[in-house]
Amino acid sequence: MNNQHITIVSFGHFENYFLNSIATEVAQILHFTVKIKEGHIDLSDFYDPFRRQYDGNKLLKIIDAEYSSDSYRTIGLFNVDLFIPILTYIFGQAYLNGTAGIVSVYRLSNERYNLAIDDDILLERTIKEVIHELGHTLGLIHCHTPTCVMRSSTYVEDLDQKSFNFCSICREKIESILADA
Amino acid sequence: MTKKISILVVDDEESVRDSLYNWFIEDGYRVECAESAKMALSILESESFDIVLADIKMPGMDGLEMLKRIKSLKKETIVIVMTAFATVDTAVQALKDGAFDYVTKPFDPDDLSHLVRNASKQVALVEENEVLKQKVATLESVEDIVGASEAMQNVLRQVESVAQSNSSVIITGESGTGKELIARAIHANSSRKYFPLVSVHCGALTESLLESELFGHEKGAFTGALYNRKGRFEMADSGTIFLDEIATISPKMQVELLRVLETKSFIRVGGNKEIKSDFRVICATNKDLKSMVEAGSFREDLFYRLNVVNIHVPPLRDRAGDIPILVDFFIKKYCTSMNKPLVTIDPAALKRLEEFKFPGNIRELENMIERAIVIGNGKRIFLRDLPIESSLIDSSIESLDENEKNHIYLILNKYSWNISRAAKALNIDRVTLYNKIKKYNLNKNDK
Repeated sequence: MNNQHITIVSFGHFENYFLNSIATEVAQILHFTVKIKEGHIDLSDFYDPFRRQYDGNKLLKIIDAEYSSDSYRTIGLFNVDLFIPILTYIFGQAYLNGTAGIVSVYRLSNERYNLAIDDDILLERTIKEVIHELGHTLGLIHCHTPTCVMRSSTYVEDLDQKSFNFCSICREKIESILADA
Repeated sequence: MTKKISILVVDDEESVRDSLYNWFIEDGYRVECAESAKMALSILESESFDIVLADIKMPGMDGLEMLKRIKSLKKETIVIVMTAFATVDTAVQALKDGAFDYVTKPFDPDDLSHLVRNASKQVALVEENEVLKQKVATLESVEDIVGASEAMQNVLRQVESVAQSNSSVIITGESGTGKELIARAIHANSSRKYFPLVSVHCGALTESLLESELFGHEKGAFTGALYNRKGRFEMADSGTIFLDEIATISPKMQVELLRVLETKSFIRVGGNKEIKSDFRVICATNKDLKSMVEAGSFREDLFYRLNVVNIHVPPLRDRAGDIPILVDFFIKKYCTSMNKPLVTIDPAALKRLEEFKFPGNIRELENMIERAIVIGNGKRIFLRDLPIESSLIDSSIESLDENEKNHIYLILNKYSWNISRAAKALNIDRVTLYNKIKKYNLNKNDK
């Protein structure tokens, strides 16, 4: 177990059970202690009225600048619709080889697609997205292995098809990165 | 992904550059950004990128202008243009100017991945095409022209220097010396190499057939012309036309050919539309065209139009030193094509080949080797495997004894060492033949 820790900072309302489950799963996969913190930012500063979405680039910058100093890696967890200027939406993003990433649950829930509410599947998708963004911060790029958590996902169906885990190649890379950390 | 695809992002908005940078870097691409068209062009002058993703609306030089400049700098670069305000006009203009695709910001994440994946496939195809072109060029180059002799080296030097020009070439030489190979080598080393080399064997066609073959014909031009058909000149557009046995064409065709060579245009048989074609002409003949001009059987003006450069391919007997490497080349060629292990040639057989006059030149030698590989024992080519007529053996063998020995040996082989039949053919009795065999120490398995 690495003695440095990963922090998940939540912005907006999330159930404790939901946050603790993410933390447990991330700790198990990455062998890190995972801490949960509550963050407070005025999201109206990041709102784009024209697109009616929140600017993911600006949010990532703020997480990196203000929330990542005391932990090995930090993920900001949101429940608002994120965009970056060139894309219609994003589930999350991170700095490759950086210290911070962001994830939003907004487009991960079934009800967003007029399907029956399923909290378990929302939790699963969020865990995968958090681990995926943490993988980027650790230097991993997208992987073509269908079940690898580092596979690029642009739709929730893509998220559902992959697992929480890294494929053997990405796992090997992660272990070598962590050994040098 | 076998090769890391490189992407240059050009956009005046920092947030767009950052977003694209982060997106592509996570996908494993090599990414760089430029904030203006000017900066992008300066980067592209020193570094090459597979894909350029550029905004159309930028202060200073816009994306469309930059697209034109990039294409003039390196035509193969794939440029994808993006804009926040799509209009049909700009999209059409961008595609006309050579853009790979046109996208409107913001894109769906999946669309962007697909777009770049398709562009990457295009990059791979262009590279693969380039490699294959190089391979084809090597295959059709001078590799099949074998010869270390000074005479052949001289021919190859001429091929190299004439290939780069657009001049007409006449290749002269006896039948079987490899004139068509020389024409192929000229074409393969020229800037026309990626376009067709169209060969026409003028001697094999009647006047009317040759006319239809060269100029093409319209449907119904004559009985049997059921369809419109392109002529060889039309097929050779941007490439080379090789007219073999040019000396055999009729006076009427000579006039027609001269006109086509002067105007680079012609009318199909039965047609009325003038067709233009940009071709280079290479001719070959085993006749002395100059003498034919003097005799009035070949037009002087056509001769001078064709004879800008003359390459003479020497007969094999004038480059006997090339025979061992030619033999080796044909052994490899036929053993490989027949899936047989490589055979060797007996030194005595090789010596005999070097002495042979080869009236049929390389073609004859090639046929001999092919035949020897087919009928031989699969390990070694002996003299008995070669159909060599003693009368055509080089007259440099002056000794009567040597000639007698060779002739007797040849006849013995011809009759499979049947002494009675060989003696009868030689018009000597069997005892005399036995004495001669003893005298010259001839042995069935000797050579």
